[in-house]
Amino acid sequence: MVSRVQTEDFDLSAELAGLRKGRTDIGAIASFVGLVRGTAQGEAIDAMTLEHYPGMTEKALAEIEAQAHSRWSLQATLIVHRTGRLVPGDQIVLVAAASPHRGDAFAAAEFLMDFLKSRAPFWKKEGTRDGGRWVDARDSDAEALNRW
Amino acid sequence: MEVLYFAWVRERIGLPRETVSTQAATVSALVDELKMREDRYAVAFADMSAIRVAVDQELVDLDAPLVGAREVAFFPPMTGG
Repeated sequence: MVSRVQTEDFDLSAELAGLRKGRTDIGAIASFVGLVRGTAQGEAIDAMTLEHYPGMTEKALAEIEAQAHSRWSLQATLIVHRTGRLVPGDQIVLVAAASPHRGDAFAAAEFLMDFLKSRAPFWKKEGTRDGGRWVDARDSDAEALNRW
Repeated sequence: MEVLYFAWVRERIGLPRETVSTQAATVSALVDELKMREDRYAVAFADMSAIRVAVDQELVDLDAPLVGAREVAFFPPMTGG
């Protein structure tokens, strides 16, 4: 269980290499990378600024990982979330789950993302030509938790 | 206690954190006290259905007690990922 909040970018292959380094028991790693899109609600955006609650964020991420480990047979999990000012095309978030077989890895990676979206204290602000607007939480994100 | 604000709550109140001296027994009593202080609090807390609260970095309901709390944070629903 590793989680990091950082402003700098991350390298997916280096992160996954670190996750399985020195291990021969892992059979599957599922990973997900979230990116900044260049449009929101049909409007071009030039930047996305992410804010978080230092202290609570780390606790919330550790709790989400612990829940995933209690539900599936996982050998390792990783969450890397960026904050600060990002631009379209930038990587925002990485989650990865390692397990002996693919089923648990796929399910856990999706679970980590679903919970991270509405339970970890991050907030996004989109920068548009007219200024900035805070991204509203989507009902579909809250509903995504119900299936778990 | 320390009171923290994030995202548009921070922008509407105009500061990220402050030390508040209060006898409020619950989160909602603290909100009522703050709203009485100045308009900017009343504006930020006009619709409490749009506000989430954490006490000592744990999400709680509005009627949660504040006994012994060191840190209370107000923010909109989270939009990470």
